[in-house]
Amino acid sequence: MNLSAKLTVFFAAAILALTMAIPAMAGNDTIKIGVAGAHSGDLASYGLPTVKAAELVAADINAAGGINGKKVELLVEDDVCKPEVATNTATKLVSEGVNVVIGHICSGATKAALPIYRDANVIVMSPSATNPALTQSGDYPNFYRTIASDDAQARTEVDFAINGLGAKKIAVIHDKGDYGKGLAEFARKFIDESGKAKVVLFEGITPGAVDYSAIVQKIKRSGADAVIFGGYHPEASKIVTQMRKKRMKTVFISDDGVKDDTFIKVAGKYAEGVYATGPADVTANPVTREYREKYKKAYGDEPGAFFDNAVAAALALTNAIAKAGSTDPAAIARVLHTEDVATPFGMIHFDEHGDATGVGFTMYVVKDGKYVQVR
Amino acid sequence: MDYFVELFFSGLTRGSIYALIALGYTMVYGIIGLINFAHGEIYMIGAFTALIVSTVLSIFGFPLPAIIILTALAAAIWASAYGYTVEKLAYRPLRNAPRLSPLISAIGMSMFLQNYVLLAQTPDFLPFPALIPDFDFMEPYAGFIGSSDMVILVTTTVIMILLTLLIKFTRTGKAMRATAQDRKMAMLVGINVDHVISVTFIIGSALAAIGGMLIASHIGQINFYIGFIAGIKAFTAAVLGGIGSIPGAVLGSFILGLTESFATGYVSSDYEDVFAFSLLVLILIFRPSGLLGKATIEKV
Amino acid sequence: MISLKDIGKACIIALWFVALTFPLMVIKVNPIDRIIIWRWHNMLWVGLGSFLCYLAGRAWLMRREIRLRRIRQGLEAELPQRTPLSRRIIQDPVIHRPLLAAGALFFLIFPLLFSTYQTNIMITALMYVVLGLGLNIVVGVAGLLDLGYVAFYAVGAYAYALLNLHFGLGFWTVLPIGGLLAATFGILLGFPVLRLRGDYLAIVTLGFGEIIRLILENWNEFSHGPSGISNIPRPGFFGIQMSLDHSITYLYYLMIAMVVFTIFVVNRLQNSRIGRAWFALREDEIACQAMGIDKTRTKLTAFALGAFWAGMVGVIFAAKTTFVNPASFTFLESAIILCIVVLGGMGSIVGVIIAALVLILLPEYLRAFSEYRMLVFGAVLVIMMVFRPQGIIANIRKTYRIGID
Repeated sequence: MNLSAKLTVFFAAAILALTMAIPAMAGNDTIKIGVAGAHSGDLASYGLPTVKAAELVAADINAAGGINGKKVELLVEDDVCKPEVATNTATKLVSEGVNVVIGHICSGATKAALPIYRDANVIVMSPSATNPALTQSGDYPNFYRTIASDDAQARTEVDFAINGLGAKKIAVIHDKGDYGKGLAEFARKFIDESGKAKVVLFEGITPGAVDYSAIVQKIKRSGADAVIFGGYHPEASKIVTQMRKKRMKTVFISDDGVKDDTFIKVAGKYAEGVYATGPADVTANPVTREYREKYKKAYGDEPGAFFDNAVAAALALTNAIAKAGSTDPAAIARVLHTEDVATPFGMIHFDEHGDATGVGFTMYVVKDGKYVQVR
Repeated sequence: MDYFVELFFSGLTRGSIYALIALGYTMVYGIIGLINFAHGEIYMIGAFTALIVSTVLSIFGFPLPAIIILTALAAAIWASAYGYTVEKLAYRPLRNAPRLSPLISAIGMSMFLQNYVLLAQTPDFLPFPALIPDFDFMEPYAGFIGSSDMVILVTTTVIMILLTLLIKFTRTGKAMRATAQDRKMAMLVGINVDHVISVTFIIGSALAAIGGMLIASHIGQINFYIGFIAGIKAFTAAVLGGIGSIPGAVLGSFILGLTESFATGYVSSDYEDVFAFSLLVLILIFRPSGLLGKATIEKV
Repeated sequence: MISLKDIGKACIIALWFVALTFPLMVIKVNPIDRIIIWRWHNMLWVGLGSFLCYLAGRAWLMRREIRLRRIRQGLEAELPQRTPLSRRIIQDPVIHRPLLAAGALFFLIFPLLFSTYQTNIMITALMYVVLGLGLNIVVGVAGLLDLGYVAFYAVGAYAYALLNLHFGLGFWTVLPIGGLLAATFGILLGFPVLRLRGDYLAIVTLGFGEIIRLILENWNEFSHGPSGISNIPRPGFFGIQMSLDHSITYLYYLMIAMVVFTIFVVNRLQNSRIGRAWFALREDEIACQAMGIDKTRTKLTAFALGAFWAGMVGVIFAAKTTFVNPASFTFLESAIILCIVVLGGMGSIVGVIIAALVLILLPEYLRAFSEYRMLVFGAVLVIMMVFRPQGIIANIRKTYRIGID
């Protein structure tokens, strides 16, 4: 036992590498679409709906005979939302010869992976990476997305707070994360530019701290009429709860990360009257309905985060390949920029930066335990 | 002035939570000289057990007072069982090993328990139903201090007094003090040291579980990761007060809680944790034995 | 070998664990919708698992006891003369030379045999080899438990990212700068904590690691905050533009060179005067001082040299990912590196290399089990400490025997 055990350990790495290294199949008879994102770990719930959306769209296309006679093949790769893993994922997809990629899910991972795709000349479309620099910096001409960027969201929040609610003093709070802090900084910038209101407090909180009452006191003292919070629902519900328990009536405005039913469930009665931005309500759109129903039929429950965006990305990419008549990136890009495609968000195409037109944010408010659109 | 008082109370609440966890660290360190890294995880497991038990009981229709008492009991019992098992599995075999071994074992245990809860339960945040109702008589003071803050403060004080009495006046307490002073000598005078160590782990874990239940109900949600941060902070508090000293742990916790609260209130919450860790580093550099700890002289 | 009494005991243990894990493993609640999910089957798994684990542990202990008893009775030769295979492989040139040659050849032609993706994974694994060897100096050799090792890694990565961003410095210029900067941080951290004993040191280093990460996260003007720095160039080769495949292959050989360099230096260090002083320091600080070893200097060099490697790997990390943000430098990363050192055997170079390859490559190829990765890492730390504190390949130190016989 002693001998074999040690030999095993000694050669484990080498043998594993050997057995697992099955060279990539170099078939040209399919169109390969990579799907990259967090499929395991604590952020899997953000990534898995995209995989399902891509599968549903691919199944439809293959059932109808494929694109220009070629079947669609999905290559699904996990990046756990970590930049260092995302580069491996991207390399793997590129070395397997993908034509286009749907993903990645998190902005950080996307940023790390994009140079690899850019060098390999692969078009990437993310359903969820909202970091503004991804499109606006011009560094990644191969990048597109079917979600509005954070600055658009911050703009919606600030406009609503100033013009909709008439707030004069605004406290901006964030969770120090990539998403939350970025959003908060845009909000601060837009408030300063508007000249109609003042940022009275700009602070980051520590996610997972045992108590937030000190920061709540600070908000109270700042005399803010409204709080704009950048971050996710776990922290938002803690802050809202403590604010309301301290009998503060300050308006709470937050983002897409909070526009989640879990927030209402956790914060309960304290959630009433909280505003959150989210993608426009598209339930009336026939494409949205179609895919949501297909999802329900296939998996038995409601689709999760970014499902509509992922369907839109899959439809836009496959449509572009079909219209372009080839998988040549330049040809695909031309179609993406010029031709409208029917998606869950209506007819969309992509502007010169790669942002989808007509995908925006609207404001929601919690009313009787539900998010309803603010008119 | 109001602002100061508000921050003061918020610091006290924080401090009392830290104190409940810090006691476990300090008791264990006092007796076997080990930083029990897994202690924060015991606190987290206590909170999870409390969540599960209270939900089950409330679905079965128990009245609120019964739910509170039974939940506290269940959380304390299960957390103690975990504490006891962890000690037996990961620390007892290493009692005579080099100093680093049990410490690494403890870090491993902490990672294991965290991921065990992640896999057995969920990686997401779970809402924790408020067990403590808003008392009517607290209504005029709601702006300063909430009902649950009040309950946390009172519970911590009562537990502190009980623990001091236990250690000062009972046989077990005496045995614990003797073991802390000199383990070999305690053995020679007929104290069952293994038993004393187990009891220490059980008491420490039960306190952490109560802390877990109180804070979870106060904050309203938990996940598998809450033990790590709370554990590190409580440990900082224990070191601050002089690790091994029970009044020291309490004092250190309140100082840390108030520091964080005032730092957030008057400076900025951006660097809240940096303040806490810097405080720890400074204390260790200038007074390694903590505020109330005795300086140990190593004899050869 | 296993008696009925053991089976009875195993049953009791199994029952204890079933009861212990009952609330967390069996019940799953949704407090909002007020739903309870009972997962009774988990009870069976826990019971069965702990039953078998106990019996296996028991059998292992009994085997050891029997052997010890036989040794005592003089029936079997004493332990030290039974050289374990791992040691024979390393010591016997007839075995280890061809093995080494085969290994070297395998790693040399690796990028030719496998896809870019595999090469990329291997680069990551090799980075952890160097990190492990670096931490090994601090933890394994000098016996200073450093839980904030990742901070130095971050220093290196950000050094490259920032120097490149602001001053346009290239990879090769920053590689030594990153290492030296990290070493400086090591000394800065080392100075105040020198007086602390092992466990306090662990906590302070952990705090230090967190402070560095928090500063990177909060100080936007300096580090670009949580959104990180992107578009960091890959290492250049005399200004030649390379395709992705080529630059990864290039990075791979660079990493191989780095590993060889590290092994060489660490090996020489261990057998040097300062290396001996580290070992002595680990074994007994007070005796060490009494022998006239400068404790301060010895500890500081350990910190600085350990940090130096982390800083260099940090630079390579930034160049490989072309993107850095603070989320890559959490305590978890420190824990993984520590796990590599502990599993490999503290102070053992070969052990650390194997441990790094196994711990990084296995989860990569066993993606289906990646959820259990951290659970297993935790368990590995505990099990190694309890059953085999010397690691998979124990560190062999030269022993001098004075002839008694």
